[in-house]
Order: sequence, then structure tokens, then C-alpha cells
Amino acid sequence: MQNKNSSKRQFRFNAHSLTHSKGFSSFSSALMAILLGLIFGFIIMIIAAPGNAISGFSYVVFGGLSRIGDVFYFATPILMTGLAVGFAFKMGLFNIGASGQYTMGMYFALYVGFMWDLPGELHWIVAIIAGMVGGMLFGLIPGIFKALLNVNEVITSIMFNYIGMYLVDMLIQGNAIMYSSPTSRTRYLPINAKIPSLGIQGSNVNLGIILAVLIGIILYIVLQKTTFGYELKATGFNKYASDYAGMRGKRNIILTMAIAGGLAGLGGAFFILAPTAITGSSMTYEPINIIAANGFNGIAVALLGHSHPIGIIFSSIFVSHIQRGGTLTSLVGYKPEIIDVVIAVIIYFSAFAMIMNAALSGFVKNRLLKKNEASKDSEPDIKEAE
Amino acid sequence: MENYIVEMRNITKEFPGIIANDNITLNLKKGEVHALLGENGAGKSTLMSVLFGLYKAEKGEIIINGKAVNINNPNDANALGIGMVHQHFKLVEVFTVLENIILGVEPISKGFLDKSQARKKIIELSERYGLKVNPDALIEDISVGMQQRVEIIKMLYRENEILIFDEPTAVLTPQEIKDLLKIMRGLAEEGKSILFITHKLNEIMALADRCTVLRKGKCIGTVDVKDTTKEELSKMMVGRDISFSIEKEKMETGDVVLSVQNVTVASKLHKNNAVKNVSFDVRAGEIVCLAGIDGNGQTEFVSALTGLEKTNEGTMLLCGQDITKASIRQRSITGMSHIPEDRHKHGLILDYTLEENLVLQRYWQPEFQKNGFIRFNEVRQYAEGLIERFDVRSSQGPISVARSMSGGNQQKAILAREIDKKHELLVAVQPTRGLDVGAIEYVHKQLVARRDAGKAVFLVSLELEEVMNVSDRILVIYEGEIVGELDPKETNMQELGLYMSGAKRNTGKESHNAE
Repeated sequence: MQNKNSSKRQFRFNAHSLTHSKGFSSFSSALMAILLGLIFGFIIMIIAAPGNAISGFSYVVFGGLSRIGDVFYFATPILMTGLAVGFAFKMGLFNIGASGQYTMGMYFALYVGFMWDLPGELHWIVAIIAGMVGGMLFGLIPGIFKALLNVNEVITSIMFNYIGMYLVDMLIQGNAIMYSSPTSRTRYLPINAKIPSLGIQGSNVNLGIILAVLIGIILYIVLQKTTFGYELKATGFNKYASDYAGMRGKRNIILTMAIAGGLAGLGGAFFILAPTAITGSSMTYEPINIIAANGFNGIAVALLGHSHPIGIIFSSIFVSHIQRGGTLTSLVGYKPEIIDVVIAVIIYFSAFAMIMNAALSGFVKNRLLKKNEASKDSEPDIKEAE
Repeated sequence: MENYIVEMRNITKEFPGIIANDNITLNLKKGEVHALLGENGAGKSTLMSVLFGLYKAEKGEIIINGKAVNINNPNDANALGIGMVHQHFKLVEVFTVLENIILGVEPISKGFLDKSQARKKIIELSERYGLKVNPDALIEDISVGMQQRVEIIKMLYRENEILIFDEPTAVLTPQEIKDLLKIMRGLAEEGKSILFITHKLNEIMALADRCTVLRKGKCIGTVDVKDTTKEELSKMMVGRDISFSIEKEKMETGDVVLSVQNVTVASKLHKNNAVKNVSFDVRAGEIVCLAGIDGNGQTEFVSALTGLEKTNEGTMLLCGQDITKASIRQRSITGMSHIPEDRHKHGLILDYTLEENLVLQRYWQPEFQKNGFIRFNEVRQYAEGLIERFDVRSSQGPISVARSMSGGNQQKAILAREIDKKHELLVAVQPTRGLDVGAIEYVHKQLVARRDAGKAVFLVSLELEEVMNVSDRILVIYEGEIVGELDPKETNMQELGLYMSGAKRNTGKESHNAE
């Protein structure tokens, strides 16, 4: 990031430019949101069952730690869909179709996993790539509609959530190699089609989370360091100015939606190509005409992470952490839905916290700015500027 | 002691890193028109916002009618009889004039809205003050000048005695400005006290009784307008002498840089073409000005010329190459620089830093990127160079966010970017809009310097003074047609005005061909 560059080059500006960076204010407002959300969640738990509130709440906050493998496993798909939403959002596109792209990615990955016969290690790698292609396809189409016909991407991608879900459910139920009627789920995947496990006892966690984090970091680099990222953010901030500067807006819209779709598709692949704790088994999909929740959770993750790839990595792990913790509250008699309420509140507060944050970080910035001004006069323009 | 209706004593208002108002005292007499003059960012709007309750001052007191008051929000201000017309109107577009006026103070009888009572009062007010409005017209259908009159009636309807106008003429046509000044005078004669923010000296001379000048947050002084001159006021405002005329040497023109042939552009607003069969040349070493009243096809023509919109008919040649169907990027490479009309919409990405904005036209060139990765060190060095050369001021240099910069410095940044970029033709559309005299002088000097460097300059302007002073050749556009080609040395503002209003025309073809 340029701000960091400057702090390297001009060391004395370090604290100053750090607190002025967008990252700082996003981070502090996300923390504020989490804090307020948890407090509110605690209040709800007290109302629901006062006696168990403290033990229940400690499950929410700390429960995930005992199931760290699952936390990472369930973070993987929402990390990817979060990136899919956040990346498109940087360009000013609201990719609400992450669910459909995720579902398509999952189907393509499953198809390659079951139907293609590939040697050894290559199998799961090709299956993952197939997942990406599936997602890309479902991102590309709304992208083309938006770019060439100016059809609102929200409408097309919502419709594509349904198209994707019904299509996939239909295709899976009609395929006896993939679908087992007695269990009404997909069968266990061939051994080579599964992503290698990370070997944490009793969890599904696999190489997918590492790949997902790497992808997040690559996206960060693309956004911050490349001309494509520069164009993308410019278009997101001000479409007219990016046209004026001669950027190819239509091409960029299509490209962005395709990339976003590919990211969500990878999420589907990472989730479904997972080995489970029981030897020889794998994750299965149940085609029961429900739109994948992981797509919508991606919107929440992206909001909490302020659409910043690194922020999304952390927010997805956090959301997964309290989700896992939340399932444990049933041990003390809470319904698992309570955790969905808490997550919803956190997201709600993440918008609210922006206002709170402006006051708080404004205060910190002021203090630092004044110190900087007092300690040196190498920046005489500060007072003259607007 | 004199009878003041408003006294603002020793007002100090600080923002992070800047003192916007530093110990300012301003007194408003009953029934006077008091101008508040200052450059962009001098603190005029901040001071008025303090009075209107939008900001709270750290120090100082406000006394209204001899009583110290506490104004915490616009409702308090309203209760004290203070009304404000903002630069950007606060009207509901899909409501009628009447509905907008009564918004918030709706007259109610027996629990229902009673519009007839309001209508009577509005008609009475509009007749008394000469404010022609149709109470039943929708806001979105009426002109900007009319919308402003609605804002004024809104204040009068609330029986405000102290009227604040924030740069009221910035959005108006010359005729509307004349009407507005008359209305404001009438209001003062009826006993209303008026404070108006401006940086246009002519309006102050024509209208105001007294004028308070601010500079960089400090109060420079209050003067009686009848005892002062334009030159003196501008010196107070800027802190140095300003020349109103532009010095320029005679230049020999060179080759044709831009050739426009029979260009027609469709309108987005109506069925007729916005630009009709326009032809002209611009040569190296001359400033050609397209003059006209706003809305006569200038915007559409520039959009077609710069590639933002399609050209329907005709051809445009830049440096001998046909650019009629070229992309914006191709035009830029061929040698076109463009200072856009709306610097916030087109010229800048306000959320980007200054340095990112300075490479907006060049980020893709090998100098600034390698294999698709931006070379941030080069960008920084380049930006620092431009900032130094063009004296672009901001709080944090290259990493200041463009949004945080003042209008004049934003324009300087655009100017720096477009001038430093390799170009043969500079298209400048209303480059001094909204700028104060110091910045206007600077922009004009830069345009002339481009001409002297042997570049072609195509200037689009609505300001008669600018047209007369800066250009070497004037083309007048009226209803999408070029109705006259004039030499600024052989014409005067009256004649130019006649052409602009469509009362007089020559085709300009003969003199054009003779060149």
C-alpha cells in the first residue's frame, strides 16, 4: 500500500500515516462492531435463558478454540464467497449471486470428481479448477448483461442463484453415479478427488483453507499493486472519471464479475471436495432446493471485512469461529439459531460502528497530528490546506 | 453603538489540522446587504455554518438583536429568524413548489393539510418581492433560477429576517444573475438583512453595502463598498495585486492541429440535434474560444470531441489523424489533453490520493508500470515533481486524498496532469468555474503559456470577460450552431452578447477560409 511505502521512506511519518490509512479506520470499526454485537448477543442470551447465559456466552466466544480445525474448514467457503462479494464491490458491483456461483462451482467440482478418471494427485487439482470455471461461468453471464445491456447485476445474479440451484439439484438427482437415492445425498468421492487433509484430528480441515488465504493475499496484491487493481478501484469510486481516463469499463466489468464468480466457485469446490473425519468418507451434498447459505454469509463476511481481502480473511475466520461456538450453546439448552442472531447484530453494528469509529479514530488522529506538527515544521502546508 | 441585528464576536472554529475561522468578528446591520468575500477555503462557508447552527464554534459568541444566543442546529437558527439558501438547493425534486415551501411548517386545519391558506401566502409573498413562481410546478421541471426563488420564498414564508446566501450566483445564467441581484436589493429595502457569500467582485460592487474579507481563516477587515474599488478588494482577499487583464504576446499560428468538419451530435434531452453541422479549425499557437450561453450545445460538442459520447455525423481530425470513432485512450495518445467541465464527476477520483490522481492519464505507460504492476516509487517522484512545479497545496502532499483538497488546488492538480501529459491540443472546459480570482489568474496564465509553447488550445467558456481576455479567436455557439467568428481585438462585450443571444449572426465561413 502506498501509505506503507511512505512510512518506510519517511520514517517519522510512521504513526501519522498509519492512523490516516483506511485500513486503520476499517479495522477499528470492525472491532467496534464485533464488540457491540457480542454485547447485544449476550443480552439476548440473558433474555432467552438467564441461568445459562454466562456458560452459553463463553461457548460462543471461546467454544471455537476447541474445534479449531472445523473453524478453519467452515471458514474456507465463506472466505471465498466473501472475496467474491468484496472484490466485485471494489468495482462498485454488488455481486449478490455468490450463492449461485458457489453452487455451480461445487457441481463442476463434483462432476470432475465423479465422472472423470484422472491419475492420482491431478484429480483433485483438476476438480478445483473445474469448480472455478463453473463459478466463473455464472459470474460472467451477469457481467456481460451488465456491461453490454446495462442490466442491473443485482437482479440478474439473484435470478442466477435460483437457476444455478435448481439446475444443479436436477443434474445431480438425475445422475446415478453421483447421487445415492437411499440417502438422498451425493455419494462419497473417489479418494483421489478429495483435497488432502491437514491431518487435524476429528475435523474436515484441508488444504483448501491455505489455498483460500493465499488467494486472498494475491487479490490484495492485485488490488493494491497492479494497473488492473488501479482501474478497478477507480471505476468503483467514480465510473465517469474512469471513462474520462480512457479505461475500458465494459471489459473490466465482465472481467471483474468473472473473477468474482471464479472465487465463489472455488469456495464451492473447497467445501465439497473435503475428506471428513471418518476414513474413506467425504463431504456430501443434499439436493433439497435450498439456496446455499454460504453465498449470503459471504456478503456478511465482506461487509465485516470492509471488502478488503486481508480483512475478509480475518472476518471469515471470526464468523466461522462464533458459528462453531454457537453450535455448542445447545449443550446448555440454547437453540443454535441464537448465533445467527448474534452474527446478524454484528453485521448491523458494522455499519453503525463506522459512525462511532469516525469519532474515536478522529480523536486518535488529532492527537498524533498535533504531535507531528509540533515536533517538526517540514510540512508547512498543513494549515493552508482547505 | 450601532444597531446590529447579528453580531458574531471572536468566532474560532477548528478542524483537525486547520483553523477554519480564527477569531473572526462580523456585524450585520438591519436592512443591509453584507458581502462575505474570500478565496476558496478562506472560511466563509464555515463561518456561515456556525451562524446557521451546522457547526459549533470552539470560541466566541453570537448575539442576535442584542441577546446572546446558543445556536445548536438549523432549527434554532430558524427560530431566531435566520434562513439560508445553500449553494446546492435543498428541494424535493418530485414535489411541487408549494409543497417544498411548506415542508416542515405545513398549515393544518382540523388535522388535514390546508394548502389554500399556504397558496394565498405564497402568492402574496411572490408579488410583494417580485419572485415569480408557479406554486403548482414540479421542482424537477423548473429552471435553476426558479428553484433558487423557491428557496428564497421558503425563507420568507418562515418569516426569517436574516437571510444567508451561499454563492447564490454560481449556478445562474447572466440574465438570472441580474434578476437575483434585483430581488436581493428589494429584500433589503423591505428591511431584511442579507449576508451573502461570494468571490465575485462585480456582484459586491453592484449590490453590497458593506463587505467583510476573509483570508486563510482570518478576518482581514470590513469595508464600506462605496469607499473601495475592485482592485482594493481583490488585494485584501488574495494578499497581493491581481491583474485582471492577461498579458500575452502576439503569436504566429502554425499548422492545423484540430480540424472539425460538419459535426452533428444528437441531444439526450430532446429530439433535435444538440450540435448542428459545426466546422472549424484550431491551429498550433492559438487559443480558440467557444463562447455561448450555457446549454447551447457546448457540453455535447465537447463530449463528442473528447470521445465521451458518440458523434453522429461529420469528421474530426487531430494532428491529421481521423479520431471521429477513436476511443478516449487513442485520442489521448494522439495528443489530446482535456480539462473537464465537472472536475468532481470526470476530472478526479475523489477517493484516490493526489498522486494516484496525477497519473490518472498515464498509469499505463511504461514509465509508471512494469508487467502490469504499478511502479509506486516512480509515481511518487513524478507526483512530487508536479506538486512542486504547479504549487499544488494539500495537507499531506502526494498522499492527501483528493476529496480533502480545496477546489482551487484540485483544479491545479488536473491542470498539472493534463499539461504535463504529452499533447498537441488542450481542451479546457470552463477551467475557472468556481475558482477565486487568484486561481483564475493562475489558470489563465497556464493556458497562455501552452499557447506560447506552440500548442493548440480549445477553450469553452461562459464568462464573457474570460472569453475576451484569453482567446485569440472567438467562435460563438447558439442553439448548436456556430453563429459567428470574432476577433477579440475587433469586437466588444456588447457585440459578443448579441451573438450569444442569437440576435446577430455571421457564418464566419469567409474569414475562416481566407486564413
